[in-house]
Amino acid sequence: MSTVSRTTTTELTADGRPLGALYSGNIRAVISRGLLATKSTNWLVMVSGFFEPVLYLLSMGIGLGALVGSVAGPDGRPLSYAAYIAPALLATSAMNGAVYDSTWNVFFKMNFAKLYQGMLYTSLGPLDVALGEIFLALLRGLLYATGFTAVMALMGLITSPWGLLMIPASVFIAFGFASFGMGITSFMKTFQQMDWINFVMLPMFLFSATFYPLTVYPEPIQWVIQVMPLWHGVELLRELSVGVFSLATLGHIGYYLVMVMLGPVLTTGRLRRLFLR
Amino acid sequence: MSQNVSLNAPHKFVISAHNLTKKYGDFTAVDDISFDVPAGESFGLLGPNGAGKSTTMRMIGGVSQRTSGTLTIMGLDPEQNGPQVRAHLGVVPQQDNLDEELRVRDNLIVYGRYFGLPMSYLNPKADELLAFAQLTEKAKSKVDDLSGGMKRRLTIARSLVNDPTILLLDEPTTGLDPQARHILWDRLFRLKEAGTTLILTTHYMDEAEQLCDRLVVVDKGRIMAEGSPAALIRQYSTREVLELRFGSARNTTVAAELQGIGERTETLPDRVLIYAHDGEAAMDSVSQRGLHPITSLIRRSSLEDVFLRLTGRSLID
Repeated sequence: MSTVSRTTTTELTADGRPLGALYSGNIRAVISRGLLATKSTNWLVMVSGFFEPVLYLLSMGIGLGALVGSVAGPDGRPLSYAAYIAPALLATSAMNGAVYDSTWNVFFKMNFAKLYQGMLYTSLGPLDVALGEIFLALLRGLLYATGFTAVMALMGLITSPWGLLMIPASVFIAFGFASFGMGITSFMKTFQQMDWINFVMLPMFLFSATFYPLTVYPEPIQWVIQVMPLWHGVELLRELSVGVFSLATLGHIGYYLVMVMLGPVLTTGRLRRLFLR
Repeated sequence: MSQNVSLNAPHKFVISAHNLTKKYGDFTAVDDISFDVPAGESFGLLGPNGAGKSTTMRMIGGVSQRTSGTLTIMGLDPEQNGPQVRAHLGVVPQQDNLDEELRVRDNLIVYGRYFGLPMSYLNPKADELLAFAQLTEKAKSKVDDLSGGMKRRLTIARSLVNDPTILLLDEPTTGLDPQARHILWDRLFRLKEAGTTLILTTHYMDEAEQLCDRLVVVDKGRIMAEGSPAALIRQYSTREVLELRFGSARNTTVAAELQGIGERTETLPDRVLIYAHDGEAAMDSVSQRGLHPITSLIRRSSLEDVFLRLTGRSLID
């Protein structure tokens, strides 16, 4: 565009692009910066993120699984305990990665590394930065999901070709969480407030039918769990892993569709609060 | 020259701020300030820490939203057209915010990519800027390994990657040793000669005198005075200043006995200042009254004196 040639004009005319105050259409620059930085410094962190769900799967699935034996799968047929919890661990890892990247990571780069401060003094708008960071988070999520699904396959935990769809489904789940996460971060000012995020995430991980079926709870508690997003992700991936679907499957997909549509609206509305104080 | 331009051709202003105000809750950081900057001028905001200089800079860059007032940069509102306005700005923030995860040269390239500039332009540009900042040998170093002065030069080099029409410099030499400062000043002079509009905040009066065609003195978010450094000194101070030290215990009592010498006196904790057009003559009068300071010094008035006159306080607390 006109930025390359040095002009002596001192007068600009607004180009009238939609969202011109927030967006310059240059998400690519944010993404390539992220990849370059990852290549030179962060790759070890990435490896550790891959191992976390694998370690859970090995300890709980094999260790605890020896005591539990088999449990009833989505269609009622018996399933090994490891095969039962593996999709849930994948959904949780998609959630954790997306939330971490869109909350703690954004908070740190905003307030401490001052990375966004530098970016936002260029032609980039806050929406370029937000979308670029979400894309990077999803790319990372895609790598993790692929790796974890490969581990599941190696352990013989995938019994249906539908299981491969867990990979895009994880990215879909991650997108739902990431698009909300940044909006939520815009309300946070201190580290103490950031801790509330963990306060929500940990119980959600433990109680969303991750390690045992929802039916162990009394009905009112079941309702609470079913309102939470992670449960829908767990159920969706669990159904995909065995290739058994019902009307509920559509409900789970619908839940994330709504998240994916509402999240960016919230985040875009809060971008000024997040980046332009 | 710049005054003529500003009178005859108002559309030549690259920055126009009118009644600009920024409040954070009850605190008013910038309080109803107005100024215009014509293209090619080197314009300074001089004031102590907390005067509202950085906030003003952030509003110009469109990364802080004003509470009220109008602001146009090259005819556009940076709040409405942030990305488009910033394509023509270079920004050197008060604290270096280099990308620590990237190497020195990559910092320049990646920053250029944020402006949407192509690699065919950026590769030679990065080398040119490294030479300009005297960092060619450090191209592959980690940012962390650079000295403070080098980081500052890299930040300035980075701000030039898009050939900005307007360069915003927030306290560009704070924390640098004298030699590093002079190298920086030299680089800024060259940019000024090349026609770049410089907007500079500083609390160093020598920096303001060296670099600014025109400046505003700001304190507590308000503009106290406006003019060229020489004009401000003429208007608010005398030609010379006689600095006397009588020892911190006696300065205040002696000050009373100095009344009537020079145009006026100013008593600071560590010294007494006598403002006079002829410093030597004032010194003679002091001796005639039988007063013998421990040290005495005659110097030319500076912007520091202007600030002291306007606010009753020193620039650096």
